[in-house]
Amino acid sequence: MNAALQELSLLDRAIINRLQDGIPVCEAPYAELAGELGTDETTLLRRLQALKTAGYLSRIGPMYNVERMGGAFTLAALQVPDARFDEVAGIVNVFPEVAHNYRRDHAFNMWFVVAVAEATDIASVLSRIKAATGLEVYNFPKQEEFYLRLKFDV
Amino acid sequence: MKMHPLRLDGKDRALVALIQQGLPLVPRPFAELGRRIGMTEEEVMQRMGKLRLAGAIKRFGVVVRHRELGYRANAMVVWDVPETDVAGLGNCLARYPFITLCYRRPRRLPHWPYNLFTMIHGQSRGAVCGKLAQVIGECGLHDIPHEILFSRRRFKQCGARYCEPVSERAGVPA
Repeated sequence: MNAALQELSLLDRAIINRLQDGIPVCEAPYAELAGELGTDETTLLRRLQALKTAGYLSRIGPMYNVERMGGAFTLAALQVPDARFDEVAGIVNVFPEVAHNYRRDHAFNMWFVVAVAEATDIASVLSRIKAATGLEVYNFPKQEEFYLRLKFDV
Repeated sequence: MKMHPLRLDGKDRALVALIQQGLPLVPRPFAELGRRIGMTEEEVMQRMGKLRLAGAIKRFGVVVRHRELGYRANAMVVWDVPETDVAGLGNCLARYPFITLCYRRPRRLPHWPYNLFTMIHGQSRGAVCGKLAQVIGECGLHDIPHEILFSRRRFKQCGARYCEPVSERAGVPA
């Protein structure tokens, strides 16, 4: 087991695993979850705050289906010359529509997700990124999604 | 499957905007949200239920920072699959819990021949490679050209659409 996980108690791990499956929409959801986890509401709330502060949880709440609400997102990639990498990353990350951005080992070395509230804005964001960086932006919109589980057991 | 966008009224939008900051960590979180937005607890819960049922909310729980939790290696593994085989292989790959994304996307020839994109998370690069070997064997992918794009560095991670301008944890080294 790695160092990060050794810092987490069994309760913390149980909380993370259980709450990735969902929080019930009811008057006292934390009390209900605490009961399932064999702890009490106060302890659960305190641990959630601590896990959030420590950076293990990025958020507590809903993941929206952007497309269902009229928005859209796409995956895009750049081939950035090594010497320009940090400069270009700085330019791209300033766009509020860029939700995350990873450097990867490949000629296509910068991969980022663009998310917009209005689906028609994708093209203009990508062309602004192209103009700002002087680099060709390759757009990889989703054509078909296969079921994903997206849960990290800890 | 293409669904029409939902019609959200002003109160729904206000609720969506409010709750993206997170569910309050108090015993009656929906009452607290309602207090901030001028709704009863019951109305907040009813609207939340509606948004969920309509598919506007796909999950309602905690979102982890996988790197901080020890999943330090993340690889985008991309495959050049004949169009007729994409659905079959996509469904096979998506069954594995360590494959956290599985999408068909367009090729960009001649620069990019791959049309099936998967994400594999693991606690080390070695672990990711082991998982990759497993799915190649079990889904019969020996003859399918693929590449592994390990992430070197994460610059930004925040929720889609409703996010802070720049992540406070930008630039965490891999």
